[in-house]
Amino acid sequence: MRKRWLKIPAAWITPLGVIGAVIAITWVGIAFTARLWVPFDPLSQDLPRLQAPGIDTLMGTDALGRDIFSRLMTGASVTIPLALMLVLMSLVVGTLIGAIAGYFGKWVDELLMRLTDLVMAFPTVILAMVVAAALGPSLFNAVIAAFVVSWPQYARMTRSIVLGLRTQNYVMAGRLMGFSPFKTLRVDIAPNVVGPILVLASLDVGTAILLLSGLSFLGLGAQPPTAEWGSMISAAIQNFDSWWIGLFPGLAILTVVMAFNFVGDSLRDIFDPTSQVSRAGARS
Amino acid sequence: MSELLEVSDLVIEYHGATVVRAVDEVSLTIAPGEVLALVGESGCGKSSLARAVVGMEKPRAGAVTYRGSEVPLLGVRRRRAQFTSIQMVFQDPNSSLNPRIRVGQQISEGIRAAVERGDEGSQPEEWLERVGLPIEMVSRYAHELSGGQRQRVAIARALAARPDLLVADEPISALDASSQASVADMMRKLALDAGAGLLFISHDLAIVRLIADRTVVMYRGKIVESGVSDLIWNDPVHPYTRALISAIPEPDGKGNLPAAPAADAPEEWRMTLPEALDRA
Amino acid sequence: MSDITTPQTADAAAASTTPVLTVAGLTIGIGSRKNLKSIVKGISLALTPGRIQGLAGESGSGKTVTSLAMLGLLPSNAVVGGSIRLGDTELVGMTHRQLNDIRGRRIAMIFQDPSSSLHPQLTVGTQLTDHVKRHLKMSAKQARAHAIELLDRVRVPNPAEALARYPHQFSGGQRQRIAIAIALACDPIVLLADEPTTALDVTVQAGILHLLRDLADERQLAVLLVTHDLGVMSAIADDIAVMRHGEIVESNVRSEIFVNPQHAYTRELLASLPGAAGFEEASE
Repeated sequence: MRKRWLKIPAAWITPLGVIGAVIAITWVGIAFTARLWVPFDPLSQDLPRLQAPGIDTLMGTDALGRDIFSRLMTGASVTIPLALMLVLMSLVVGTLIGAIAGYFGKWVDELLMRLTDLVMAFPTVILAMVVAAALGPSLFNAVIAAFVVSWPQYARMTRSIVLGLRTQNYVMAGRLMGFSPFKTLRVDIAPNVVGPILVLASLDVGTAILLLSGLSFLGLGAQPPTAEWGSMISAAIQNFDSWWIGLFPGLAILTVVMAFNFVGDSLRDIFDPTSQVSRAGARS
Repeated sequence: MSELLEVSDLVIEYHGATVVRAVDEVSLTIAPGEVLALVGESGCGKSSLARAVVGMEKPRAGAVTYRGSEVPLLGVRRRRAQFTSIQMVFQDPNSSLNPRIRVGQQISEGIRAAVERGDEGSQPEEWLERVGLPIEMVSRYAHELSGGQRQRVAIARALAARPDLLVADEPISALDASSQASVADMMRKLALDAGAGLLFISHDLAIVRLIADRTVVMYRGKIVESGVSDLIWNDPVHPYTRALISAIPEPDGKGNLPAAPAADAPEEWRMTLPEALDRA
Repeated sequence: MSDITTPQTADAAAASTTPVLTVAGLTIGIGSRKNLKSIVKGISLALTPGRIQGLAGESGSGKTVTSLAMLGLLPSNAVVGGSIRLGDTELVGMTHRQLNDIRGRRIAMIFQDPSSSLHPQLTVGTQLTDHVKRHLKMSAKQARAHAIELLDRVRVPNPAEALARYPHQFSGGQRQRIAIAIALACDPIVLLADEPTTALDVTVQAGILHLLRDLADERQLAVLLVTHDLGVMSAIADDIAVMRHGEIVESNVRSEIFVNPQHAYTRELLASLPGAAGFEEASE
């Protein structure tokens, strides 16, 4: 009995989901270990400049003579942890606000939802520019700017789920038995919110990486000489005929964003209420 | 006799584009150990009344009194222990159970409510047995059960809280025809065993007369006829009750078409007949 | 398989006409090739003009799937075997296009929930006339006259006015009458009614039952009435087949089923009725 939910049901294993999970885990692994094993110091400029990919330098060197492979791998450890942190922060704050708005309703809901409307009206990039102007351009400030605009989607989704669940008969039955509001949220509501929120979060990791790289590309995020994918692509514009400078960071962004999207899509299938296998294992 | 539940001059209105009066000055009482059926067709206000009895609906006027104190609205705050002895069984068995919690645990929540009130504890398995389900079901999830089994679990959970007033809003209409009568009968027995009053809401007069001591017939928010069930079934006096009973097709294999009332509801259905109320 | 007495042999004198729709050895399985779930296991039925054939059974017995198969409305992962013949035409194995021509034109269907079978954003008139214009090639004026006649036939009050209204402006009973009018628009020879009164109040149900009986008699429609409600069966069905677990356990004329049931399951169903003989004794 207890073993059943430890085993991954066969229906969870979809080709795209597995590919996505493998790539995503690989990238996360690289992100946390890259500094230990990269062949060159990502910041040292003592290699020949603009060297095409070859045996010594797998992905070539850039205009300042830095190894692109080393920069790419350490770049993962700049962007990916920050993207994960951004998603986690948005998730915690957004879900909490959404749950409060949905459960308590009335003026609480009204107030919180108008706040999310207000925040959602901010254009991300312009807000990031404002933050950069106020606090100075840095990747951390870019994360703050992105966080300000990304929590409302979690709040909205949580609110709508909670709103729908609040009038469900089993929630009512629990309250007739004297459940406290906290217990109702924990027992009857939260388990049903987790699934959709996880799906949203895993899809959002890709978006966050894209956003942070984009801000760095525009010079609002990571500052030179930090190895960051977006700023590496930005540097490639000056050396257009050296294709390797831009191609590899571009591929890195592509694979990691796609991988997280695949994972999110297959999570969506798993948490779909119509797929029977999923529910059995959802709670121990 | 002290009444368990007293509903007096209850009015429930819904304010939308127009004001809809779902329940219009309805009064009724339930004594401990009594089964009262509330019968009527869709839109007659019977469900609104049921929800008001447990505090899920705010009365516009009138009062719902349980053991001498007014039933509070089921708001955001935790329900006081004195009112957890009012329990409800809902119509839709699919949404009555939490999909992510095992059956046994859900019944345990009911038991906990009873214990917190100072009542006797029990085991989930006992309740499963009582509603005619195998005790192995404690470790199942709702989606692994059929609709009928889910409804039995919902009944078990409500009874585990040891209610002395059980409100059942169309508890059998989503079940298969062959189990409707038996589940209704089971509810009566279990409620009476526990010494509880049962408010049984249904559109099905044929089943209601099996299990209810008294029957109340509602039409468009008003009570048109009430009294001892057999009397209402065998000798209805209100034209609406008459139409309702004669429209039930009898499963006798004779091919008799039931009497069909006119397409538009006749005005006489809305009249009040004092002699049709509280027939003993 | 059980030996089944068909209505023809049991009631040869009454069945003066030959069946218009014959189902023989129908099997339906749903699922993937590896995991095929057998829903209908070789059933046989015959629908005769002017007679109402009842198909009784509990949820999950396969009665609805059987009626959907006659219209070719099964999901794409359904595997159908056996034969469904409409006159001389074999329907099993027909393409969607060929079936489209038969659907609505020769075989029509009404469902449990009339509000979901009517388009909420089109007037009743449009829904009635679209059908006839396409299938019977009528002019707009003819089609309108035809629509009024149909609404009058199903006893919708003020048919000319009703044409301009939307489904939500009618009561549930009136909506079911409109759905019946639409089903009858192209003068079908077979009407499939799947729990046509289950969603209705008893006082409204009685009217619909009268209408179905009248239509079968006057138009010589062959009707398949799928319902779990033995009261409804008793009121209007001429012949009744009792279905359980995808098989017909008993099939006979109405009076025999009710008065002299042969199969244990039929007896069980009858005994569970609140109005059954057993109860009358108990209440005395």
